[in-house]
Amino acid sequence: MTTTGMNPDTTIALDPGRTAVRDWFTDVHAVTMRNLTRLKRSPDVIGFALLQPIMFVLLFSQVYGGAIRVEGSNYTEFLMAGIFAQTVIFGSTISGSYMAEDIRDGIIDRFRSLPMAPSAVLVARSLSDFILNIVSITVMLCTGFLVGWRFREGVLDFVLGLLLLLVFAWAFSWVMIFIGLSVKSPETLNQAVFIILFPLTFISNAFVPSDTLPTVLRVIAEWNPISALVQAVRKLFGNLGDMPAPEVWPMQHPVPTVLVGIAVVLLVFPPLAVRKFRRKQV
Amino acid sequence: MAFVSAHGLTKTYRAKSGPVHALDGLDIEIEQGTVRGLLGPNGAGKTTTVKVLSTLLRPDGGQAFVAGVDVLADPAEVRRRIGASGQYAAVDERLTARENLLMVGRLYHLGSRRSRERAEELLHAFDLVEAADRPLKGFSGGMRRRVDLAGALVINPPVLFLDEPTTGLDPQARLGLWDVIRERAAEGTTVLLTTQYLEEADQLADQISVIDRGKVIAEGTADELKASVGGRRVQVTLVNESDAPRVAGILERHGRGPADVSGRGVTVQVENATLALRSALAEIDDAGIDIHEAGVRRPTLDDVFLTLTGHGAVDDDMEAAQ
Repeated sequence: MTTTGMNPDTTIALDPGRTAVRDWFTDVHAVTMRNLTRLKRSPDVIGFALLQPIMFVLLFSQVYGGAIRVEGSNYTEFLMAGIFAQTVIFGSTISGSYMAEDIRDGIIDRFRSLPMAPSAVLVARSLSDFILNIVSITVMLCTGFLVGWRFREGVLDFVLGLLLLLVFAWAFSWVMIFIGLSVKSPETLNQAVFIILFPLTFISNAFVPSDTLPTVLRVIAEWNPISALVQAVRKLFGNLGDMPAPEVWPMQHPVPTVLVGIAVVLLVFPPLAVRKFRRKQV
Repeated sequence: MAFVSAHGLTKTYRAKSGPVHALDGLDIEIEQGTVRGLLGPNGAGKTTTVKVLSTLLRPDGGQAFVAGVDVLADPAEVRRRIGASGQYAAVDERLTARENLLMVGRLYHLGSRRSRERAEELLHAFDLVEAADRPLKGFSGGMRRRVDLAGALVINPPVLFLDEPTTGLDPQARLGLWDVIRERAAEGTTVLLTTQYLEEADQLADQISVIDRGKVIAEGTADELKASVGGRRVQVTLVNESDAPRVAGILERHGRGPADVSGRGVTVQVENATLALRSALAEIDDAGIDIHEAGVRRPTLDDVFLTLTGHGAVDDDMEAAQ
């Protein structure tokens, strides 16, 4: 690096052993640690992220447990995959609101004025929520075991099911990051999330078998990507019981459907988000 | 050659009411090791200028160089040579002062050991040691601004951009920050400072650029700018505001140009201060108008503003913070 234009007496020399790749990992690490510290100091967010799944597991399994019949299984087993999916998806929305908050608070402009990689800010954002999702999945597993849920397809499929949830959530957090970069304020984002995601998770097979829904809703539910995720996880956990899968391709082949969906999202949204992040910047 | 320079910068925003020319052919040249004050009414283009020079905003047209590097061609290289602080580049209030500084050091790629040492040095230099390990959220604005400024100085950059660094601070905290900025300038740092406080520019800046509607409309030292808007002023403060129009009429007969009325204060620029004051007071007395005080004063930067832009400096400043 040239020293032209620096006042050599006072400017601090940069670490000479640096490479671009190492710098990138340093950037991701520094911002991820910052995000996690921030999260750690926001007990409301953590509390909501952890208590909500516990509450949903208990409420649904105890309230609807006797009312909703699932052939060859029971409602609690059927329910768990739905709650898992709902929780990690809502967990990923934190990416969007934090991104919008950081823009509002001027932190993003601070990052932009530093000699760091723009992509590192976004990757760190998605990683932080990945870690939060691991924590909330662990809490849910414990709650599930307590209310009698069991996985029945072996440990390998069980682990694959968890991985599928986490990677889906990670991909989805890129969608939320992109939205977070596009909205005017964190409040707008939180409202939009509620209006879009709540119906989307409820008009799916997450809490009731989709064939119990009226025709229009049933068609939406069968093609809903969240349904595919829930169906895939249910299958890997062995919680489908004797229910026949609905006669549509995504429901018949849920795991490949989810994998393709993840691939498409990851091909489209990270580049879009980086472009949005650098928009207007030099 | 100037150490920081911009030529013909333009930037237009689309707004509901039509296009807004935030920058409209702005030129600026700042010598190395000097402090430049950027003064202007709200929406004049101060923050936009700083954002362009600190690589945060791409201008629609024009050229800019910072520390010998072309901002548009090599922004990454510019970012290694600047520190930025102020209303748009902020600290993280949920982190402690130490965590903030450490993070900034690592993002300048100082390495983790050097970043820790540097954070420690800055905590000492900015008198932040005692409070270093508590989240900033609970602290006063003055303290947060100190951390913010310390963050901009992590690598002792050759160029420092400060966007309204003391807005909202109490006078004591402001004086403290002024000292730091003066010290940096004395060490050879080139500083570009925007401010809504005329006094701040007067105190800190070697040169002041007055901008309005995206252009530099006047430039010089504070004294030069004051001299450029003519000589002394006669100022009269009234007991009753309702007398202001009559007194304005009287002052205008003894001064040059129109009188400026602001509440109970009436001011006019004059040729011969003592003579004008004496005869104006006699006439006010004859008219039976009560006054609080009257006197002669040198022009302030407020007068510079008023004369050059046709409006005052501090009329709607808080809008910029939104």
